[in-house]
Amino acid sequence: MSKRKVALVAALTAVVATASLVVTAVGSAKQHDVFKAAWIYVGPHNDGGWSQAHDQGRLAVVKALGSKVETTYKENVPEGPQVSQVIDSLVKDGNKIIFATSFGYQDAMVAAAKKYPDVYFEMATGYKTSKNMAVYYGAGEDSIFLSGMAAGAATKSGVVGYVVPFAIPEVIRHTNAFALGVQATHPGATVKIVWTNSWFSPATEKKAAQSLKAAGADVIGQNVDSPAAGQYAESVSLPWVGYDSDAQKFAPKQWLTAAVYDWGVYYIPRVKAAMAGTWKTGSYYGSMADGFTKIAPFGSLVASGTKSAITTKAAGIKAGTFKVFAGPLYDQSGKLRVAKGKALSLGDLMAIDWLVKGVEGSAKG
Amino acid sequence: MNNSILVVVLASAVTYGTPLLYSALGELVAERSGVLNLGVEGMMLVGAVMGFWAVQTIPGPGPLVLIIAVCVAAIAAGLMALIHAFLVITLRANQIVSGLALTIFAGAGGLSSYLGNDLNLADAPAKHAFGAFFPHSMQTLPVVGPIFFEQNALVFVAWLFVGGVAFYLARTRPGLNLKAVGEAPAAADAMGINVTRTRYIHTVVGGAFAGIGGATFSLAITPQWVDGLTQGAGWIAIALVIFAFWRPALCLVGAYFFGAFAGLPFTLQARGVTVAPELFQALPYVMTILVLVTVSAAGARRRLGAPGALGTPYVREER
Repeated sequence: MSKRKVALVAALTAVVATASLVVTAVGSAKQHDVFKAAWIYVGPHNDGGWSQAHDQGRLAVVKALGSKVETTYKENVPEGPQVSQVIDSLVKDGNKIIFATSFGYQDAMVAAAKKYPDVYFEMATGYKTSKNMAVYYGAGEDSIFLSGMAAGAATKSGVVGYVVPFAIPEVIRHTNAFALGVQATHPGATVKIVWTNSWFSPATEKKAAQSLKAAGADVIGQNVDSPAAGQYAESVSLPWVGYDSDAQKFAPKQWLTAAVYDWGVYYIPRVKAAMAGTWKTGSYYGSMADGFTKIAPFGSLVASGTKSAITTKAAGIKAGTFKVFAGPLYDQSGKLRVAKGKALSLGDLMAIDWLVKGVEGSAKG
Repeated sequence: MNNSILVVVLASAVTYGTPLLYSALGELVAERSGVLNLGVEGMMLVGAVMGFWAVQTIPGPGPLVLIIAVCVAAIAAGLMALIHAFLVITLRANQIVSGLALTIFAGAGGLSSYLGNDLNLADAPAKHAFGAFFPHSMQTLPVVGPIFFEQNALVFVAWLFVGGVAFYLARTRPGLNLKAVGEAPAAADAMGINVTRTRYIHTVVGGAFAGIGGATFSLAITPQWVDGLTQGAGWIAIALVIFAFWRPALCLVGAYFFGAFAGLPFTLQARGVTVAPELFQALPYVMTILVLVTVSAAGARRRLGAPGALGTPYVREER
């Protein structure tokens, strides 16, 4: 009997404590009229790659707007039904703008945008827009092409390995850009690809890099998020091109460069617009000219001639005089896909499902 | 020659089989005492994160720090196993529920993630890591180079563990007592063996092995810490014990077999052979299910070596 009493008292205390917490939370929200913004990450916020880059964008918002904005993030959110719950709870917490940063969140975001018309939804790498849902990404292919040039200059065997996550247009576009970059500095070079079927999976990425080395690759590049392939490359003295963050510390000797994104360039004006009530839907495609996509600092292995070649191409991309996907472009079977004088449109690039000549591997994953 | 598919697959079998081997040996020791611990994944992750913390914070020469780090990993995971031991041995809780709870508590998104964040371990390369144990000239030898000489010290220590556990179980008095406790605790108790103490010790030691298994990831295979680094290896380790019919030497074979399957699809892909990776990723589990079905068939259980009292708490009064 006494045990039961204790339990009852404990339960009551818990209820009272929770209730008072809720009351204070509501009270504090009324007191300070701060604007709430939230981010959803597919990996840990400090994954050393994709999610970390977004988190740095969030921190840039905090730095730019200070106490006027309150930011939160949810990390390790799987691309499944859980996303809807996460979005629901973020809206309940009073977030007025929500950035979802992985492709698999898109359908849940579309549904949420219908359900909560007074909240702004922002979908990275997505393509579905509505009145209160915008999509954003950037021309990673431009900076990836430049990182491919560094890989092409570093290969002696003419075989570069490339570790790739999922066979979706984004990754196929990036793989093609990387291969074209490799061929720009090493004509006739091939790029061998291995699919990991995961965005972030250190042990798997290492296995992929190992298998590429055994198949003859003497430079490793990647479109996946962890630095595991780089650590492996460092241990066997193969030059390495990273992706989406400056991971030089993981491979100090073998680091070449990486294509990186500065998400803050987009996040700051969007949060500002949402606060001011001037937010409009749209489909942002950031560029090197915006400072949205760029390449990370070069490692010591990159020769000065290669550096200047890359800088020249970068200037051409920014000025619009050089297009990565300009013809003539051939596919893996040698068929002409883009004639000389033409270039793939943004629409074509968003739906691309074929790999360029010189890539060895399947476009189907 | 060293780049031939066979050599590459065998080399990756040894590398990626090693964490499985440690954890499976640990689980084997615990199960031989009659305690099923499904918390292997959680214990591995706690071992991985604490081992990594040790190399990042302890000053000193690399080899010494690495040895300490492995011990830290073993102790941390052993403490996790102690929770399980207390729940299932002293409180006689359901072993399956307690083990699952341990993985949820300690695993990805739980204690290991909390420690990783709180100790600020992510996004940094390991200060020291287990590299190839033998000089470079030996690593380039045909066939044996990649398979043996490119491996790190933890691979070879694992072999000592296999021999040690096999010897312990077959040739020493405490080992024989252990088997008695796992097979027939009441009889062992009547013989004067302390059932509770035997189970506690072997559950905790089993946990410590799992911690070393986890540290194999964070100190050797991918020398860094990220959430959920072991990616389900703990579950395969549990399956492996059944697969190996509770015998240490077969654990070694099984672990390398599973390790080979982990690397094979990528090796094939890099050679232009396209196979659905899902198929290969599913294979270890399919094999486990097949073995489980065989083993759980009535009568087969005893013949194949499952400890008689596995999963049942021992209550003295029921003698």
